[in-house]
Amino acid sequence: MTSGLLFALAGAALFAMGMVGVVLINQLLRRILAFNLMGSGAFLVLVGLAQRSGGPDPVPQAMVLTGIVVAVAATALALALTRKLYTLTGRLELPMDADG
Amino acid sequence: MKRIAVVAAALVFVTALIAAMLELGAPAIDLRAPVAAHQAQSGVSHSVTAVLLNYRSYDTLLEIAVLLLALLAILAVVGDAPVSPPRAAHPVLQTLARLATPLMVVVAVYLLWAGAFRPGGAFQAGAVLAAAAVLLHLVGLAPGWSRPRLRLRLGLVAGFVVFLVMAAALLPQGALLQYPRAMAGGLILLIEGGLTLSLALILAGLFLFLSRDEAAS
Repeated sequence: MTSGLLFALAGAALFAMGMVGVVLINQLLRRILAFNLMGSGAFLVLVGLAQRSGGPDPVPQAMVLTGIVVAVAATALALALTRKLYTLTGRLELPMDADG
Repeated sequence: MKRIAVVAAALVFVTALIAAMLELGAPAIDLRAPVAAHQAQSGVSHSVTAVLLNYRSYDTLLEIAVLLLALLAILAVVGDAPVSPPRAAHPVLQTLARLATPLMVVVAVYLLWAGAFRPGGAFQAGAVLAAAAVLLHLVGLAPGWSRPRLRLRLGLVAGFVVFLVMAAALLPQGALLQYPRAMAGGLILLIEGGLTLSLALILAGLFLFLSRDEAAS
């Protein structure tokens, strides 16, 4: 097993953990963190799988670099919306589902 | 009940994904060789920068557009709440920030320049500059930003506009953002300079436009 494949496997595990968090957590800040965990997992899979057979591949690396910056922008927007929700309603949680 | 179902589904998913990755054959398309083969024509000698700003520069063009869009959305969300006055931190922290800021500016310029031939480039340089601005704000040396005036607006859009004008001017070359070979290096440096300025302002703005006293609105 190459280290690239190991990165990809760890990325898959991170993605799954983040996915569980996004679905199950009602607190918005923790949900945003879980969403970022999903993104980091996807980035690890991209970079790891691309370099499992030898040296690094610059194309996925450049894509991940682009993705990181976009993820930062999305996180900032999510935080701004969360903060607005807190100002307007005083809550940082989403309402529970009926079967929650 | 829902909790158990979700965790079980995630476990099944990750097991299937890991099994698939372990069974994965050699990649059908390997782009390392073509990237290396055209390196000499790309205007830069580092492969990631060549991909970002030459082979797939439309990715970067759209990326700066997405960043600008996120910032505009944030400006729409925060509204006209007054800027909270900076709270002075401990003098030791302030002195450290004063010492660190010039170094961070030097590091940013170096990263921008180094991007042509080793890891570095506009994004890293912009992130370091933005971090310097956030640092100054957190220790109370710089105020948060209110609604941007003309100069700040120009700075925020400069990178995107320079990139877009370049793309329009180069359309007669035949393909989107196909640089003339002799000028590729200079054009990439010009684009990267604009990107660094705008990225630094946008990334800093993502933080500094949000540092308002919402309770007072």
